[in-house]
Amino acid sequence: MLKSYLGIDIGSISTKGVVVTEEGDILASSYLWTEGNPIGAVKRLLAQLEEDLTGTEARIVAVGTTGSARELIGAILDAQAIKNEITAHAMGTLSLHPDVRTIFEIGGQDSKIIILRDGIPVDYAMNTLCAAGTGSFLSSQAKRLGIQVEQFGDYALRAERPTKIAGRCTVFAESDLVHKAQMGYAVEDIVAGLCNAIVSNYLNNVGKGKKIEAPIVFQGGVSKNVGVVKAFADATGHDILVDDCGHLMGALGIALLAKASGLEDDFDFSIRSMSFKTTGLECGRCPNNCEIVCVLRDEEFLAGWGNRCEVGLEQIMRPE
Amino acid sequence: MEPRKVTFPHMGEYWIGFKALAERMGCEVVVPPRMTVQTLELGTRHSPEFVCVPFKYNLGNFIEAIELGANTIIQAVGGCRFGYYAEVQAAILKDLGYDVKFIRLDAGRNPLDMVRGFRDKMGTNKSFRDVKDAFFFAARLGLAIDEIQDFARKNLGFQVTPGQIERIETKYLARLAAATNIREVDAIRQEAKAELGSVALDRPENPLRVAILGELYLVLEPFSNYDIGRQLALRGIEVHQPLTITEMINHSIKGFKHVDELIAHSGGWVDHHLGAHGTESVSLSYTLMKEGFDGVIHLKPFGCMPEVNAMSAMQKLSREYTFPILFISYDSQTAETGVNTRIEAFCDMLEMRKKGVVSA
Repeated sequence: MLKSYLGIDIGSISTKGVVVTEEGDILASSYLWTEGNPIGAVKRLLAQLEEDLTGTEARIVAVGTTGSARELIGAILDAQAIKNEITAHAMGTLSLHPDVRTIFEIGGQDSKIIILRDGIPVDYAMNTLCAAGTGSFLSSQAKRLGIQVEQFGDYALRAERPTKIAGRCTVFAESDLVHKAQMGYAVEDIVAGLCNAIVSNYLNNVGKGKKIEAPIVFQGGVSKNVGVVKAFADATGHDILVDDCGHLMGALGIALLAKASGLEDDFDFSIRSMSFKTTGLECGRCPNNCEIVCVLRDEEFLAGWGNRCEVGLEQIMRPE
Repeated sequence: MEPRKVTFPHMGEYWIGFKALAERMGCEVVVPPRMTVQTLELGTRHSPEFVCVPFKYNLGNFIEAIELGANTIIQAVGGCRFGYYAEVQAAILKDLGYDVKFIRLDAGRNPLDMVRGFRDKMGTNKSFRDVKDAFFFAARLGLAIDEIQDFARKNLGFQVTPGQIERIETKYLARLAAATNIREVDAIRQEAKAELGSVALDRPENPLRVAILGELYLVLEPFSNYDIGRQLALRGIEVHQPLTITEMINHSIKGFKHVDELIAHSGGWVDHHLGAHGTESVSLSYTLMKEGFDGVIHLKPFGCMPEVNAMSAMQKLSREYTFPILFISYDSQTAETGVNTRIEAFCDMLEMRKKGVVSA
């Protein structure tokens, strides 16, 4: 028997999962789109992981969840660790780069920076109220330019004279981009300009006031874009480390945190075949009118969120 | 003329003091209903979209109180957009067809000036002395509320029986709301102190200490900041909140000397007075850091003055001393989950820093 730990990172755009050994070696991993359905995505993810593990001795003894659907999936899988993605990313990255001092992370809907010293996170920031520096902005602009977002990086690297694109706000950036395109600039130069704009937005917004020191590790979906990596290297004057498994760092971190929790309970993949349903309802017992989301397992109440007080949940759990 | 029915905006539990003040002017008082999502929805629907969020909460309070019969609104004044809240809110309420009178509570040049101005505007037949005593009484209530809540924030996370401190707090706040004179207030305060002091605590030797700073309304109104103080406390943190009515009273007594002291103790991080409690935010960040605090959380409405006057210095200070400061900006649409994620991550980080290890 090989003791192992399952970590799942359910983001707004993608869902990532890893199974690691006690030593932290990755036995299996999977990455797929959330498509607005975290429960469905996790079921598909578990199917892939189970397949990868067949024939091995691995037995999962603890589960951790992170990402924006961590509470929901954590309740469904009865997870030992449910943690925010910042802690999970720091933990995962430290396991591969014990000397890391700065982590850049740009995901689909959010971006963050984590500053570490001597293997301890000492400062972090997360974007607020602004989507200009995130992956979804890049993919919407790729569509506008008629190129695949996966090719974005190669286009950027071919640019000879990156054009200037305002990075302060998606609306400004988009209007700049349209203007430059209509002026006849080469697509390569526009794409490179956009990568620079993303980086400048990130450094001035999320990274504002932070002491950015090497080694710098860059993660999240956008780290797969070599154009943005190059723009970061130019802007900071440092090498930017991007791991092949950079997109799995949150999942890896939460798997390690599940292990560190010291709690163990055999995990059974058969959970896949259970039916989970979420229903929303408005409490209506006071003017707060909380929107309570409940998750039901095989039609049985499992967990609920969104209530500001106990009244609403009690009503659901003990309907008269 | 119809008899006056006075209301005012909510700010934490200080309604107890505002109510006492208005009652002593001989007015009937309509305390706005407790803040709910409906309050904010009402306020937001009738406010300019880009105005800072306290305006929206205030307006929601007013509408809810007017529906309960209030016809006179006491609104305070400040040195920023707050200085123009009363006028704009009066115009909005008029457009909505409400017939209400606004009375501006102006801080004046000094406390006595404030009392005089308030008396004039209320048009009361109470003597200057009565009005002054009413302010004293309200202030005394404020001090008592602060004392009880200060204890709660610092100890909530360590109580052996969950909910015990909250129950004591509720009980004594209700008693304060019913108090009729200063002697009674002081007696309640003593009793509360004794009962709180006897609560069984399981307190680690060296707990994490975090201070909440920032714009006054966001700091003082828990509904608007998603009860961040309590959330932090329940994570086993000793929560300090230096900005209270107690602090404001001290400030108004000391006048500009208060600001001079803050500047003198700021280690050079601020050299002139900033609005929206920016002087406090910067100076206290420095002194708390020197005192060995584990971190600071800075709250403000989106678009508020600290964005330009305090945050840059605080960011620089944070970087220079690797002192954790979390900045949270609030508006009427901010998702509570986003704030919770950031707080959780912040607390994890403080914990790891303290222990010197990364752990679960």
